[in-house]
Amino acid sequence: MVLVYIDHFDGRAIPASWEALGVGLRMAEATDSEVKALVLGNGVEAIGQAALEYGASEVLLVDLPMLEHFRPEPYTQAVAQVVEKQGAEIVLFPTTSRSRELAGMLAVDLETGLSPDIVDYEMDGEVVVTTRPIYAGKLLTKEVNKARRPQILTTRPRAFPSPEKRPDTSGTIRQLVLELDEPLTEVQGYTDSERGVSLTDADIIVSGGRGTSNNPSLEPPPEITDEKEQEIWRAQQGFELIGELAKVLGAAVGASRAAVDAGYIPYANQVGQTGKVVSPDLYIACGISGAIQHLAGMRTAKTIVAINKDPDAPIFKLARFGVVGDLFDIVPELTAALEGKLSKG
Amino acid sequence: MNIVVCVKQTLDTAATMTIVDGKASWGDAPLVLNPWDEFAIEQALLTKEAEGGQVTALCLGPETAEDALKQALAMGCDEAILIQDPAFEAADSLVASRALAAGIQKLDPPDLVFFGKAAVDSDTGVTGPQVARRLGWPSLNLVAAVSDLDASAKTITVERLLEEGRQVVSGSLPAVVSVVKEINEPRYPSFMGIRKASKAEIPRWSAADIGLDGDIQPALTWPEIFAPEKGETQCEIIEGSDPAAIAGKLAERLFEEKVI
Ligand SMILES: Cc1cc2nc3c(=O)[nH]c(=O)nc-3n(C[C@H](O)[C@H](O)[C@H](O)COP(=O)(O)OP(=O)(O)OC[C@H]3O[C@@H](n4cnc5c(N)ncnc54)[C@H](O)[C@@H]3O)c2cc1C
Ligand SMILES: Nc1ncnc2c1ncn2[C@@H]1O[C@H](COP(=O)(O)O)[C@@H](O)[C@H]1O
Repeated sequence: MVLVYIDHFDGRAIPASWEALGVGLRMAEATDSEVKALVLGNGVEAIGQAALEYGASEVLLVDLPMLEHFRPEPYTQAVAQVVEKQGAEIVLFPTTSRSRELAGMLAVDLETGLSPDIVDYEMDGEVVVTTRPIYAGKLLTKEVNKARRPQILTTRPRAFPSPEKRPDTSGTIRQLVLELDEPLTEVQGYTDSERGVSLTDADIIVSGGRGTSNNPSLEPPPEITDEKEQEIWRAQQGFELIGELAKVLGAAVGASRAAVDAGYIPYANQVGQTGKVVSPDLYIACGISGAIQHLAGMRTAKTIVAINKDPDAPIFKLARFGVVGDLFDIVPELTAALEGKLSKG
Repeated sequence: MNIVVCVKQTLDTAATMTIVDGKASWGDAPLVLNPWDEFAIEQALLTKEAEGGQVTALCLGPETAEDALKQALAMGCDEAILIQDPAFEAADSLVASRALAAGIQKLDPPDLVFFGKAAVDSDTGVTGPQVARRLGWPSLNLVAAVSDLDASAKTITVERLLEEGRQVVSGSLPAVVSVVKEINEPRYPSFMGIRKASKAEIPRWSAADIGLDGDIQPALTWPEIFAPEKGETQCEIIEGSDPAAIAGKLAERLFEEKVI
């Protein structure tokens, strides 16, 4: 059996969960076995229903007040019990902060191997030969767990297609009753929630770098006298333009670390080795030089567009399309041009 | 407070990687302290400065990894220990977490163990939670702020950085805390620190020393390492008489190539 863990937050499944389910369906077909989806939480029946529509033949539901918030200890114990009772040769998770931790701890409970964040795989009989990036994506490694079971894998968001949703399902939802230990931690709540399109799920990302502050002709309001504050104010004008382009495209806004460190935009928007790793269909880099640590986070984008003043900026080596020019001139014109084209349908 | 920080030696993130004889090669690029672990060390030192106690840096690695531990000492850690044994040469995270957990259990019982977010070579990002699981302690992962630490009540409250925002979580000590870079600004080693570190004798612990002589087979093997396909990233530079013309042409090309 292939077990697929459905990650969710605030009542909604993380889209990459369906991609993992799609991988599970193909693996099950190759090994002539079946796919079960596992949903843990409190009041998560609707998510279970969605898992059926995405193709699970059976959904295992553990619905308990204790599982209201993700906490690694009870969640790990619950998945481990399900694997022990139901048997599973392969356990799949989408790569998210929660699932990565959960998969790691599950590997310890079951004394088996974990391949995190796979981007490809092939089947060698019942054995999954995974491919995953190492050294910040500079190399790829094949990774195999030959002898121990289950094989635990997490799938990188957007590396695999999502299965078609079909409302006519024949699958069933089964409620499981588990005895879980008292959790070791208590969730007090959430602060500082992110809004807008999530970076890792976005089809299109428009990103800004240090270049967003480089428009000397913009005059900050007189009450801003501090030089640093003036720079941030300029960058905000730059990110305003980037935000408008993103809005027209239904895109998420990203940033380089230089932009984040200088206080132009929150860390949640950072793309790169120490930020988020993204693989959108389209990545538009504005005023970003293309440092190797930035590329580590976006090199797998299908199409990269670079807008940069400097014709020698390394980002052009990776880009499919490039504009050598000032982002303050180009970005608003691009927004207007795309708006015209998109509104025409 | 007894504090442990687990650090790894990795490659400089600017190193150019190639494949030589089927193996990853980085030419003469230097090996460094895993950049994420500098934040873990800093947090360990800040905690010690606030609460008193001592900080021990623990590393599993080959002989060369001594340099990473020397840097930890130069930053201000009090002790450093290298777990070094040929048995750990092909360690996966399952084996590494077992060795680190066994090493921690050999130390004076700690109140807090700090980890970095991930090692920049293996990109695994699970060793901290795995060690927590082995020790049976709370795993506080991706911590961006420690909002409360009460040494006498033995409690800790942290903010975890998730995709959706910050989750506020509390737990009891001892606990494992894996940190992200928002948590602090790592200090540079002082001259005094560097001098002290250069003279320090770093003890070596073998697999037998931490009670792990049998049964340390990794679960994973790596049959092939290869470079990503370069793809035909011939960049098409869009030119035109003015920004509007350039933008118009770029928009057109994006539609033609069905990017949008
Ligand atoms: C351990 C480590 C981890 C790191 N992790 C990350 C990470 O996760 N993400 C990340 O991004 N970086 C990361 N970095 C930092 C990285 O090395 C670079 O410093 C950073 O990416 C540079 O950001 P930037 O391209 O915005 O700035 P710069 O390199 O300063 O580039 C700015 C670019 O904007 C162009 N420009 C200026 N003005 C304009 C204008 N008006 N119009 C158009 N173009 C303009 C310039 O020509 C230049 O190319 C990391 C570094 C280290 C050491
Ligand atoms: N060999 C090691 N020795 C000591 N600490 C390690 C080792 N490997 C990983 N760690 C710690 O675990 C964190 C996560 O690493 P990883 O799970 O390998 O990505 C690192 O930031 C270190 O704090």
